[in-house]
Amino acid sequence: MFTMQHSDQGEEENEPYYQRLIHAGLNQAFSVLESLFFITLTLYGRGRPMAKPKFAIYWAGSCGGCEIAFLDIREKILDVDKAVDLVFCPCIMDTKYKDIEAMKDGEIDVCLFNGSIRNEENLHIAELLRKKSKVMVAYGSCATEGCVPGLGNLTNAEEIQKYAFETSPSTGNPDKIRPRAETKVKGGKLTLPVMCDYVRTLGQVIDVDYFMPGCPPVADQIWAVIEAVLTNALPPKGSVVGVNPKTVCDECDREKNEKRVKRFFRPHEVDPKDIDPNLCLLEQGIVCNGPATRAGCGALCPQVNLGCRGCYGPAEGIEDMGGKLAGSIASVIDSDDPEEIERIVSQIVDPVGTFYRFSLPSSILGRKV
Amino acid sequence: MMGNGKKKKIGIFVCHCGVNIASVVDVERVAKELDGYTDVELSTDYVYMCSEPGQKMILEQIQERGLDGVIIAACSPTLHEKTFQNVAELAGLNPYMVEIANIREQNSWVHTDKEKATDKAVKIVKSMVEKLRGNEHLEPIKVGITRRAMVVGGGVAGLQAALDIADHGYEVVLVEKEPSIGGHMVQLSETFPTLDCSQCIMTPKMVEVSRHPNIKVLTYHEVESISGFVGNFKVRIKKKPKFVDEDLCKLCGDCADVCPQVVPDEFNMGLSFRKAIYLPFPQAIPGAYTLDIDSCLGLLPVRCGKCKDVCDARAIDYDMKEEIIEEEVGAVVLATGYDLYSMQALGEFGGERYEDVINGLEFERILSASGPTGGEVRRPSDGKIPKNIVFIQCCGSRDPELHNSYCSKICCMYTAKHAMLYKHRVHDGNATVFYIDVRAGGKAFDEFYQRTVDEDDVLYMRGKVSKVYKEGDILKVRGVDTLTGKLVEMEADMVVLAMSMVHADGSGELMKKLKVGTDKDGWLAEAHPKLRPVESLNAGFFLAGCAHGPKDIPDTVAQASAAAAKVGDLFARHELLHEPTIVPVIEELCSGCGICISMCPYGARSLDLTKHVVKVNEVLCEGCGACAAACPCGAAQQKNQTDEQIFSMVKAILKG
Repeated sequence: MFTMQHSDQGEEENEPYYQRLIHAGLNQAFSVLESLFFITLTLYGRGRPMAKPKFAIYWAGSCGGCEIAFLDIREKILDVDKAVDLVFCPCIMDTKYKDIEAMKDGEIDVCLFNGSIRNEENLHIAELLRKKSKVMVAYGSCATEGCVPGLGNLTNAEEIQKYAFETSPSTGNPDKIRPRAETKVKGGKLTLPVMCDYVRTLGQVIDVDYFMPGCPPVADQIWAVIEAVLTNALPPKGSVVGVNPKTVCDECDREKNEKRVKRFFRPHEVDPKDIDPNLCLLEQGIVCNGPATRAGCGALCPQVNLGCRGCYGPAEGIEDMGGKLAGSIASVIDSDDPEEIERIVSQIVDPVGTFYRFSLPSSILGRKV
Repeated sequence: MMGNGKKKKIGIFVCHCGVNIASVVDVERVAKELDGYTDVELSTDYVYMCSEPGQKMILEQIQERGLDGVIIAACSPTLHEKTFQNVAELAGLNPYMVEIANIREQNSWVHTDKEKATDKAVKIVKSMVEKLRGNEHLEPIKVGITRRAMVVGGGVAGLQAALDIADHGYEVVLVEKEPSIGGHMVQLSETFPTLDCSQCIMTPKMVEVSRHPNIKVLTYHEVESISGFVGNFKVRIKKKPKFVDEDLCKLCGDCADVCPQVVPDEFNMGLSFRKAIYLPFPQAIPGAYTLDIDSCLGLLPVRCGKCKDVCDARAIDYDMKEEIIEEEVGAVVLATGYDLYSMQALGEFGGERYEDVINGLEFERILSASGPTGGEVRRPSDGKIPKNIVFIQCCGSRDPELHNSYCSKICCMYTAKHAMLYKHRVHDGNATVFYIDVRAGGKAFDEFYQRTVDEDDVLYMRGKVSKVYKEGDILKVRGVDTLTGKLVEMEADMVVLAMSMVHADGSGELMKKLKVGTDKDGWLAEAHPKLRPVESLNAGFFLAGCAHGPKDIPDTVAQASAAAAKVGDLFARHELLHEPTIVPVIEELCSGCGICISMCPYGARSLDLTKHVVKVNEVLCEGCGACAAACPCGAAQQKNQTDEQIFSMVKAILKG
């Protein structure tokens, strides 16, 4: 009996954490989109046929993960399509920009805009979709706070391109050829969008109605926004939607105490077997951004022994997330000896990338000037 | 946004501080530039804002114009914030609507360029306007008082403080870690500059303390921990077992006579021996033997048990155990005293190698009538009378590179006394003192030093000693006479080192337990070096004697009395008013991560395990703001110093 239980547990633990993450996320996405579908049908499907609300989902400077979060519902997307009229979604549909340009202003009911503003094209489409949409939602961390692409603000467009096209060890480009904005070819010219000098958030270039953080947002959030639109129960403009006012710590079941840390670990430096599953990760020296990160994800990462990475952005009372995190993580260092403190601090090898990982462009620092 | 969006009427009063500010800052321009700034109703200047006419002007303007906030652009808030808060209160304005813009210490005193200094002053005042716009009305927090004090340390400082507090009519718990009260002073021979006998002053005081109905003396006790806050402390005290019942012991000494264990005697600085069961010194209080368990052969009667067998009074009890007792007090006087810097740290003087190189306290015991030689100057190694004696001052003091940077203050005087007493007892002896310079600031001190030089013929050699070494049986002192620039080398029968004083709380553990602030050298830190020299920054803690820094006896006694007076002042109040500029927790934002808790030096914050938020004991909170800086989510916001206020202040400064 005992042996059986033991081996069962063992199997569960053997399942890699990312698989468990994906399973949890998928299940959530399924249930949310199913209910979204039925509510939409209830609202729009009864009585006389009504025009379905028009949705747009756009990706700007992003990784595409926000689309995946949306498309993870697989064939159910067809059901969603019955409830809403997806007019624009470059990830899965071949709609042309000119089709959007041809639309009337405000014709799109809701636009979920993901990705940061990295180049002129991103900026152009952001402005275009703003004009054509009644409700503009900054969807996901890139659009809301700048996210990982925003770490590009530690340098500038020239430096990035120079590295990518010239100096990176894997680049073989002796003629130092760079992509150009315009290239003349037979029969006309080809154009490429120009890279902006630095990354901006959607809110820094256009007027945004709602912010939906997360890298990517979990299904709960997607649901909260769509439900609000469909039931006309929109919160005040400018609200951050689908989140909890507290921090990830509030959703994390680990036991929390007074914290005194003698050593910080990078994720690969600690054997998961050595992590106490019931005790606050930060108290165990695992850098966790949970204390400053807005709640809403259900503390997914800490559940699998990974310190919160901070993708939901700063919690309600925070002006500058990285500054707050640096201040608070420094506060738990258990030493009065300057040299020892220096040594402990140096165990956090990339403070900006750790504490401003998702929010550099929207922080007080903003970018390198 | 700021100030709930309501428009405020703010009055700005720029002070010239005579020429202190006005010579560097164009105060009129500051007042003029602020005129018309957001929410500013009035902006004016005056030569001395803190004077009666200045205060009257502020009071009248608050009332006439109905100001709901006032900024005084003047000196540091530590100086006159209270003054101007009182003016506001008189005028009917909440005192927490007064802000001080420091344009003296942070501006005119550190700048010379009038143009730039004036621009800076304008920015400072503007930032304070921004802060004030976000201020809210606050009321002091009221707390009751336990009118009972604890004094930690039973030396002259502790005894004086305990006596004074007890004479004020309040109960005192006096905690001493040694088996007897008396401290270092009772070890001294005679005291400078009057040469009166230390024991003759000290022992009656000890008796007085032990007999005082308001004083409870706890010797061989140590403070374990303290909780609570000013007016309401709970102290846990460890009672170390003496294995002798104080009330039954008749001081016959039979136990010590039969005790087979012999160890160095602490009271005589190891220059003589005592038994494992001992009386520290004949005049010890409480008058009872103590069994030093570390030196004892063992408590099992099969091992020894001789002392118990001979004790007719049946005072010896081997079953005594360590106990923890609790006391409730409203104030704590810290009089934990000093120790001498270890001679081992100055190996070049051979203090730990040569028996005849001793420290000042050892020499005090040699000079003392109750000491190991009965007051005759004889050297430890062979009991001979030393004919050549060398005193070395500043051993470990005033040496920032290697040892302590501070001056131990009393060594110049006690060395002069040592040399003088030596000459009084060894008329044909030669006494030489190596010194850096003689610091004899004190009543009748310099005259005393001059007497040592002129009448007692002591040779003062200005210079440092590099080495004390032995050639055969003779000690040699090598040094430099910095007045002639020549190397000197002299023979000595005995060398006395004026070792630096260090705080007695070795590792600083006690002060950490008490959460009381110390300075870089481990001495207790005072709340203000000029205006609050006997108070700790931790409310309810008072400082007396050498725990605060090196002091002679008169200064120690004065400070002890001052600390006692401060305790009396505290106890005379009906209730305590606690500053309301604390850091509460916004429960809607707090997720109970616990980061702020370890930052709080006052133990004011703890986790509420049911609500999963941090809770704050507002009376313990001193408003230092460490938690607000550490809080990762903005749930810890200091009253009238919120993140929002700080950001708008920064913006005002950056905007210019």
